Amino acid sequence: MLDPIFLLEAVINGVLLGGVLALLALGLNLIFGVIDIVWIAYVDLVALCMYAVYFLVTWGWPLWLAGLGAIVVGAVLGALVHLLIITPILASPPINQLLATGGLLFFIQSAATLLWSTDHRSIRVNMPTIEIGGIFVSFTRLLAFALAILAMVALYFFLTRTYTGTAIRAVSQDREAIALMGARPQRLYLVTSAVGGAMAGVAGALLIIQYAVHPYFGGAFGPLTFMICVLGGLGNMVGAFFAAFIMAQVISVGGVIVSTEMGYVIAFVIFIVLMFVRPGGIFARRA
Amino acid sequence: MTPLRVLAVLALVALALVPVLPLGPAQEYIWHVIIQIFLWSFVGNAWSLMGRFGLVSLGHGAFLGVGAYATVLLWNAFGLTPWIGAPLAVALTVVLALVVAYPCSRFQVVGHYFGLVTLAVGEVIRLLIVAERDWTGGSLGVTLKTSGTASGAVSLQFADKRVFYYVGLAAWLFGLWVWWRVDHSMARSAMEAIGEDETAAASVGIRVARFKMGITALSAALTALGGALLALYLAYANPDTMSGIGVSLRIVFAVVLGGMYALLGPFVGTALTIALSEYLRIYFGIKLIGIAETIYGLLLIVFIIFLPAGIYGSVAQALRRRVSRPSGRVPARA
Amino acid sequence: MLELSGVTAGYGAFTALWDVSLRVATGEAVAVVGPNGAGKTTLLRAISGLIAPRGGRVIFEGTELAGRPPYEVVAHGIAHVPEGRRLFPQLTVAENLKMGAYLPTARAHFRESLARVYALFPVLAERQAQRAGSLSGGEQQMLAVGRALMSRPKLILFDEPSMGLAPVMVLRLFDLIRRVREEGYTILVVEQNVRQVLKLVDRAYLLEVGRIKIEGRAADLAEQDFVRQAYVGL
Repeated sequence: MLDPIFLLEAVINGVLLGGVLALLALGLNLIFGVIDIVWIAYVDLVALCMYAVYFLVTWGWPLWLAGLGAIVVGAVLGALVHLLIITPILASPPINQLLATGGLLFFIQSAATLLWSTDHRSIRVNMPTIEIGGIFVSFTRLLAFALAILAMVALYFFLTRTYTGTAIRAVSQDREAIALMGARPQRLYLVTSAVGGAMAGVAGALLIIQYAVHPYFGGAFGPLTFMICVLGGLGNMVGAFFAAFIMAQVISVGGVIVSTEMGYVIAFVIFIVLMFVRPGGIFARRA
Repeated sequence: MTPLRVLAVLALVALALVPVLPLGPAQEYIWHVIIQIFLWSFVGNAWSLMGRFGLVSLGHGAFLGVGAYATVLLWNAFGLTPWIGAPLAVALTVVLALVVAYPCSRFQVVGHYFGLVTLAVGEVIRLLIVAERDWTGGSLGVTLKTSGTASGAVSLQFADKRVFYYVGLAAWLFGLWVWWRVDHSMARSAMEAIGEDETAAASVGIRVARFKMGITALSAALTALGGALLALYLAYANPDTMSGIGVSLRIVFAVVLGGMYALLGPFVGTALTIALSEYLRIYFGIKLIGIAETIYGLLLIVFIIFLPAGIYGSVAQALRRRVSRPSGRVPARA
Repeated sequence: MLELSGVTAGYGAFTALWDVSLRVATGEAVAVVGPNGAGKTTLLRAISGLIAPRGGRVIFEGTELAGRPPYEVVAHGIAHVPEGRRLFPQLTVAENLKMGAYLPTARAHFRESLARVYALFPVLAERQAQRAGSLSGGEQQMLAVGRALMSRPKLILFDEPSMGLAPVMVLRLFDLIRRVREEGYTILVVEQNVRQVLKLVDRAYLLEVGRIKIEGRAADLAEQDFVRQAYVGL
C-alpha cells in the first residue's frame, strides 16, 4: 500500500496546483462571462507570458520585475486579441468564434515553434524545499500558490469595489441597460480582455518558476483549464475556483497512485462523466 | 449533361489516369501527395457532416486515433487482417462516439460546451495512447509490422503506391457519395431545424437525440476508416499526428478554408493546405519548422473573419448569384 | 425640448414606425399610448439611441440626435427607463444606482444625486445592500427610476412603467412619476394603461401600427372615444 506520507504530500501539492489552475480558469471565465466567447487560445497566451518572463530574466531582469513585465505583456496581448480577432466576430455564430480562437491557438503554437524552436525553456529558481513533519513541499510551489490567491483576491476587489469593475459585472448582466447609463460596452469588453490578459500574465509568471515552457505548453494545460471552467459552470467564477481544486486533487493523487498521465486521464474521464450527470457544471447557475 | 457535370467527369477521369501517366522522376512523390489529399479530404468530409449542422467537434482526433491505432495494433499483435481489423476499429469508434453523443444529445450540450467536451475526448484518447506506452508505443508511435510473406491483399500493405492511390480515390469518392446522400436526405432538413432551434424541432416531432447521435456516429465511423487507411498507408501511427487537439484543429481548418457547407469544400481546403505545406517544406527545407502551421493559423483567423463560407463556398455562392441573375430564376440549393 | 419629425424606424426588414412626428416642451409631461405592437417601445429606443432611425430627425434642445449611440444621447440629458426595468439583477441597489451615474458629469455629483434619490424613495435607502433581483416589483420600478435620475437628465423616457405591476402598485407608480415631474424633470411616457396615464400628463399621442393617429390635450382626450378606441385596441 501507498505510504500515507506520499498521499499527504500529493494532497498538499494538489492544493498548491489547484491555486494556479484556479487562476487560469478565472481569467478564462472572466472573458467568457462578460463577452460570451471562449478563448480557446487562452493558455497559449499564458505560455507567451511565460516566454516573456523567461526572456526578460535571461536579459538580466530580476524575477519580480520580469513577473510584472509579464502582466503588462499579458494585458497588451489580451487587448490586441480582442481588437483584432474578437471584435469582428462578435455577432458570428459560436462555431465561427470557436474556430477563430482555435486558429489563434494554432498560430501561437506554430509561431512559437518558428521563433523559439521546440526546446523546453525554464528559469533556474533557487528556492528551498520546506520540510514539515516528513513532508517535502517546494517553496516555489508555495509561493506560486500564495501569489495566485493574492491575484484572485485583487481581481475580486477590482470587480466589486471599483467603478469599472462593477460596470464590467453590469455589462455581463445586461448589455443594453449599461449602454443606457452612458457606458460603452465595447470599451468595457476591451478592459475585460486586458484584465483577462493580465491574469494570464500573472499565471505565466507563476508557472514559469515551476514548469518549463515550450510551444505546446498550451496543449498540456489548455484542455485542463477548459474542463475546469465547464465543470464549474462556464462563466461561474466561484464554481471554477472549486472545480480547479477538485481537478487538481484528482490529478495529484491519481498521479501518485497510478501514473502522471493516468492521473490526467482519470481527471478527464471524470470530467466527461460529470458533464453527463450535470451538463451545466457542478455549480451551474440556475437558469 | 450540364457543363459542370462534364467538367466533373473529365476531372475524375484525369484523376483516375494519374498513376498510369508518366510524370517523370518525381511521380512517386506526386502520388504520395495526392493520396494524402484523398484520405485527408475524406476525413474532412466526415467532419463536415457534423460541422455543417452546428455540431462543432474539436476532438475528431479521437476517432481518427482509435481507428488508426486499433487497426494497427490488431495487426501487429494478432496478425488480424485489416479487412477485419479496420471494421472492428470503426465499430469501436462508433461505440465511443455514441457514448459521447448520447448524453450530449439528451442534455442539450451544444455550442461552446460541445466543442469543449469533444476537445476533452480528443485529449483523453491522446493521453491514453501515450500512457499505455507498453502496447501502444507511447509518444514514439507504432509502426505497422511488415507482412513479409503474407499476401499484400490480406495485409493491405503494398509496395506499389499506385494501389493505395486507387484505394484513396475510392475512399474519397465514397465519402463524397455519403455526404451527397445526407445532403439530399430528410436528415439534412431535420438537422438544420435542430441547428436553428432544438426545442422547436422537438416540438414538431423531430427525434432530436436520434438524429444527432446518428450524424455523430456516421461522422465518427468515416473518420475512423480514414484513420485506419492513413495508418495502413503510412505504415505508422503517432499520438500527436493521429489524435489530440493538433490534428483535430488541422482537419477543421482545412474544411473551413475550403467551405464547410459545400460538397467539395473539404477537398479544396485539404488540397490547398497540403499543397501549401509541401511547397513550404520544399522551399524552406528544415530551416523554418512551423512556418506552414503559422500561416495556417493566420489564414484560419482571416478566413473566419472575412470568408466564413470558405474559398469554395464563397466562389460557389458568387457563381450562383451570377447564374441566377440573367434568367431571374432562383436556382435550387445544390 | 424634444422634437421628432418624420421618424421612420424598424428592425431588419420590418418597419415599426412610419413618419412619426411629435414634440415635448420643456417641463411638460407627454404620453404616447397605443395597443400592443404599435411601435411604442421602438419609438423610445429610436430616441435613446438603441436603434438608429432610418429616416427623420430627432432634435433635442437644438441638437440632432438621430443615429447617435446611447452614451452620447445620455450625455445630452435623456434618460431611458427601459421596458421591463432592465435592472442589473446580481448587483445591489446601491451598485445599480452607481451605474446610473456612469457619466463623468453624473459621477461628479454622485453623492448629491444619491441623496436626492434616497429622499424620493426611502425604501431604496433601506435596501441598499440588497440584490436588485430580489426586490419586489414596485421596488424594482423605483430603483429603475432612481437609476435614471442618477444620470442627471433633463428628459426622462418611461417605457411601459406599469407593466407587470399589481393595480395598487400602478397607482403608486404614477404617483411616483408625478413626484419626479414635480422635481422639475420633463417626462415622456409610453403606456398601455391609458386612463391612468392621461391623469398624469399634459398632452398625449395615440400611436397605432407605427403611425400617430391622434394628438391632443390629456383632458380633452380623456372625454373622447379616444379612450374607448385605445382600450378596444388593447
